[in-house]
Amino acid sequence: MSYVLSSERADALFSELKKQYRIFAPKRFKAQGRYSDTDIIRYAEAASLEEIVFDEKSDYPAKEVISPIQQALFFFTEDEYRASKGNTRPILLFARPCDINSQHIQAKIYAGNGGYVDMYYERMRETVKFVLMECPSSDDTCFCVSMGTNKTDDYAMAIRVDNDGSVKFKVCDEALKPFFSQSTVAEYEPKFVKENETKVTLPDIPNKEVLGKLKEHPMWKEYNGRCISCGACTIACSTCTCFTTKDIAYGDNPEVGERRRVTSSCQIDGFSTVAGGASYRNTAGDRMRFKMLHKFHDYKARFGDSHMCVGCGRCIHRCPEFITITNALNKMCNAVEEIKAEKGGAEK
Amino acid sequence: MNNPLQPQACEIISVKKQGGHEFTFRVKSDAKPLPGQFMQLSLPKIGECPISVSGYGEGWLEFTIRSVGEVTNIIFEKQPGDLLFLRGPYGKGWPIEGIKGKNVVVVSGGTGLAPVRELLNMCADEQGFSKSTTLICGFKDETGIVFSDDLDRWKTKFRTIYALDKDEKSGWRVGMVTKFIKEVDFKGLGDDYALIVVGPPIMMKYACQEALACGAKEENMWLSFERKMSCAIGKCGHCRIDETYVCLDGPVFPYKVAKNLVD
Ligand code: SF4
Ligand code: SF4
Ligand code: FES
Repeated sequence: MSYVLSSERADALFSELKKQYRIFAPKRFKAQGRYSDTDIIRYAEAASLEEIVFDEKSDYPAKEVISPIQQALFFFTEDEYRASKGNTRPILLFARPCDINSQHIQAKIYAGNGGYVDMYYERMRETVKFVLMECPSSDDTCFCVSMGTNKTDDYAMAIRVDNDGSVKFKVCDEALKPFFSQSTVAEYEPKFVKENETKVTLPDIPNKEVLGKLKEHPMWKEYNGRCISCGACTIACSTCTCFTTKDIAYGDNPEVGERRRVTSSCQIDGFSTVAGGASYRNTAGDRMRFKMLHKFHDYKARFGDSHMCVGCGRCIHRCPEFITITNALNKMCNAVEEIKAEKGGAEK
Repeated sequence: MNNPLQPQACEIISVKKQGGHEFTFRVKSDAKPLPGQFMQLSLPKIGECPISVSGYGEGWLEFTIRSVGEVTNIIFEKQPGDLLFLRGPYGKGWPIEGIKGKNVVVVSGGTGLAPVRELLNMCADEQGFSKSTTLICGFKDETGIVFSDDLDRWKTKFRTIYALDKDEKSGWRVGMVTKFIKEVDFKGLGDDYALIVVGPPIMMKYACQEALACGAKEENMWLSFERKMSCAIGKCGHCRIDETYVCLDGPVFPYKVAKNLVD
């Protein structure tokens, strides 16, 4: 069922919802952006509807709510590791189709890979209901249509804020319906972006032989000079899941402390270094290759259904060196075609 | 909800120094690892790392830790009765069913001996487990030697070639393990053998090359990988190579799979 609410009524509804739910949504943080005087839009708990940024894409993804940049896993003493307590209150998470689709990807890894379910991910995910934010239009870095992630039907409620301030809702989740018992019924179906300015072609890597040649292709060397291995792209990524665990002793009593999970990045030097000192992928180009192949080959090879990129374009926004994943993808496609042509030529 | 990352406190039964840098801890544990599997060891304040199980029995486990850097201080403090924290076992170990009844050839470098120790014990003690056993085992120098008691015992049970990279030692040969692989007659063993290679990455690379040059067949070879691991349950991404997770799909791989795992 769908409804339309005036802006005052929508505010009142928000207050009612807040009594039962914690509401997380993209919010604007003034002058915290990359350049002076630029803002940053990231996820935080929203106190009112007004705080939520609807007209621009957030710089950081919704995953920050479900798989936060850092969290305590355990508290330790000399004789035990005690698991941290997680969030128990239900959450409404305002998210766009790319962010919702990215959770299907994160879940494949966190809640499935190897038959192990990560408790920290799962217990948080279980408290979350999605509120689909309709995209008014896409920006110049979005390529969700090419990735097939522009649509979703996985939401508890969908929302559109119209120019006159009135707010439309489509409510699917039974538990949310009572909040609308006094509201005006309306015709509303969320719309999805149908075309992006930016389009990509996905590489078709047919076998291990082509994969092997692609790994050795000179295209990756370009990134040795350009990428500074800061990891900003993977932090901003809607789907990246990698983390490291650290034990941190408390200053006032070094025998107790916490085991913390901290987001990590395959783009950073040392990501693969073992205790004995051996390391792999020692150049920025090697690491870029590792990231690109995970996004557009390896993930799909393991899990089968989709690539590990939802085309949100956040990595493009965040890269201080103006490296774009869309260009890298084009180069990768060209390299694959080149390899296939060579091979075909050699076989003749 | 079950928490697969939960470490279990295990009481230390004994601590034994092995050679110059290594310590073998025996702890109380009911975990039942298979040869070649690994566990995650937690040292509070230091963190967690993967560790091969170098021995096990009813109610206990053993693992051997190199005391370097940060870990050293913590390890020196640990006494029998103190606690260590473990979770696991994880990963895929040696393909016991595929090895059973065959001629077993093990080539190990340094502490690479730890993950094959129980397998070698099976070869030594279980009647008929292997048709024949050959161990080529090398260390950098005398202080690097681990499991000397086992080395002495195995010498009496099957064919052994022990070597130090450069130093002389009575009863030991001089040179890298790679040098002695040609003394194994792979052709003579027919197709009926399993070749197991464990050690540092470089050593495994050259040992495999040499074995292939000596006529060993790819499909009869296995290796064990060492990779950085944070979670051991396929979540953290550290151990991944292409679509393979070493923590889940390894650490033991058939050579045919391992040869494509390059990065
Ligand atoms: S790789 Fe870039 S475009 Fe793709 S999901 Fe991650 S941040 Fe978005
Ligand atoms: S691609 Fe850009 S954001 Fe990503 S690690 Fe390299 S420099 Fe940093
Ligand atoms: S060790 Fe974390 S994914 Fe393998």
